[in-house]
Order: sequence, then C-alpha cells, then structure tokens
Amino acid sequence: MSASSHAAVLVAVMSAVTVLLRFLPFWVFRKKVPAYITYLGKVLPAAIIGMLVIYCLKDTVITAAPFGAPELIAAALVILLQAWKRNALLSILGGTAVYMLLVQLVFA
Amino acid sequence: MRALTARKAFLKSLPVMGGYIVLGMGFGILAHHAGYGVLWSFAMSLLIYAGSMQYVGIGLLQGGASVLITAVTTVMVNARHLFYSVSMIGRYRDTGRYKPYLIFALTDETYTLLCDGKAPEGTDPDLYCFLVSLFNHFYWVTGSVLGALLGEVLPFSTAGIEFSMTALFIASFTEQWITTKDRLPALTGLLATLACLLVFGPERFLIPAMLLITLVLSLFRGRIAAGREAEP
Repeated sequence: MSASSHAAVLVAVMSAVTVLLRFLPFWVFRKKVPAYITYLGKVLPAAIIGMLVIYCLKDTVITAAPFGAPELIAAALVILLQAWKRNALLSILGGTAVYMLLVQLVFA
Repeated sequence: MRALTARKAFLKSLPVMGGYIVLGMGFGILAHHAGYGVLWSFAMSLLIYAGSMQYVGIGLLQGGASVLITAVTTVMVNARHLFYSVSMIGRYRDTGRYKPYLIFALTDETYTLLCDGKAPEGTDPDLYCFLVSLFNHFYWVTGSVLGALLGEVLPFSTAGIEFSMTALFIASFTEQWITTKDRLPALTGLLATLACLLVFGPERFLIPAMLLITLVLSLFRGRIAAGREAEP
C-alpha cells in the first residue's frame, strides 16, 4: 500500500473513532436516561471546562525560564477582561494578542 | 424566526470564529510543512473535526503509524467527547433531523457554547444549535484550507496563536464562575485535572482526570443536587 493511501486509511480511522466516541452515549442511553447520568449531565459542563483549561496549559514549562510567565500573564488578562467586560471575543483576542507579543518579543 | 435564529447563532459563534480560523490555519500550516497539502487539511478538518486530534494525527500520518495505534490514540485523545455527549443527551434528545449532525459536530468549543442549554428568546432552539455547530465547523474548515494555502506567505509570525483556544476555555470558565452559585463542579474539574497532571504527567493524565472528576462528582451527588434546586 502506498504511503498516501495508508494515510487516507488513518484519516478514516481517526474520523470513525471520533464519531463513535461522540455517538456512543446517545446510543447507550437512547431509551431511558438513568437519573445518575442526568445528574452527571448537569454537573459535568462546569467540570469539563475546568479540565480543558488545565489540558490546554499542560505543556507549560514552569521549572525553567520563563517559568510559565507568558501563560500566567495572558491567562490573568483573559480572566480580568472577562470579569470586566463579559465579552468572550474581547477576552480571547486580548489574551491571545498579549500572549503572542510575550512569546515573540518579551520572552523570546 | 429563521433569520433571527441565524443572526443569534452567528453572534454566539463569533468568539469561536477567531479562534477556529487561526487554529485551523495553524493546523493547515503544520500539515503543509509535514507534506500534506490543502486536500488533506480540508478532508481532515471536515471529517475528523477535532482540533487537538488533528495536530496529533499529522504526527501519526508522518510516522506511518499502524491502524491500531491510530485508533487507540484517537480514543485516548478524544475520550473527553464521551463526557460532552453524556451531558448533551437531554438537550439533544428531540432535535429530530438535526440530531446526527449536532452529535457529530460536538467539539470542545461548540460544547462550551451550547452546554448551558439556553437558546435566545424568539429563536428555534434546535435550528439555533444546528447553526452554531455548522458555523463553527465552517470556520474550522476554512481556517485549515487558508493555512494550507497561505501559510507560506503570512507576513507575520503566528507563534503563540494557539493560545486562543486556551483563552476561550479560560473566558468560559470565568463566565461560568461569575454566573453560577455552586462552584464545586468547576473546582473539581480544575483541581482533579491539575492533580492528575502532576501525578501522571502531560502524556497520560487526561483519562485518570476524567475518572477522578466522575468519582468526585458522584460522591458529592447528594450535596450538589440539594444546592441546585433553585437553579433552572
């Protein structure tokens, strides 16, 4: 098999497995949703977003220069902007722009 | 009503537009440098539609990984999607013809936008969810294609642009923190994941973190259920 047809198979596998993961809970609980699952459905969103924050920051190196300073500063800015203006777009653009400046110019 | 729904859905999707176009471009550029051109970026973004998995996937393609390794890696990287689906079972139950696409398109960001389950006044709620999902998908595919096509000629460095995804989650976390009274689930997600990251390291912490979050929230079931009575 050529390299590109093998790559096409891998793309198909990644797609199929991702689709499967997304559909599985809907299939498993298609008839009756247990109260426990309903409960998880209520409390998971907040927990998952917390998990995603850590997930995104997982590769931050805090044991060597710049000790995670760009992430810390940009994250603090996002929190402050969001708490102040309550506009997600503004918080994201502001935090990202500052992060890019920090990694490209300040801590380069 | 359809026009209003489309307008509200577009407004809701705007914060993701910036993030998806730049992150999609990042992916397109990465794929291009790895020797996979615009058709690959387009197909992967259209069919896989899972950001971090696609970044990992380019590595798998380059290394000529086996089907088994690719499948297992996809399960590990994307297992969190089980979580999203579990919490959307109720919301997506009666969405009719939109349902298959809504489930297919449930990414981190789309989930983050729609998990509060509220559609604006006067809109068709199912169409609203469908359009938010579709717009996001469109941004992601567009960004990937742009990255693959224009990556070489960008006049400025895009280093650090990947932070926009982090920023979206931090902004959502902050917004949720401000608007929700019961902060235990949010704290559980944050601290359990952090603990697992410290114990298991950045390559293997996600699945233990999901298990720990589920365990802790299960243990607190009585307490949270009582405290949540007053909320919608």
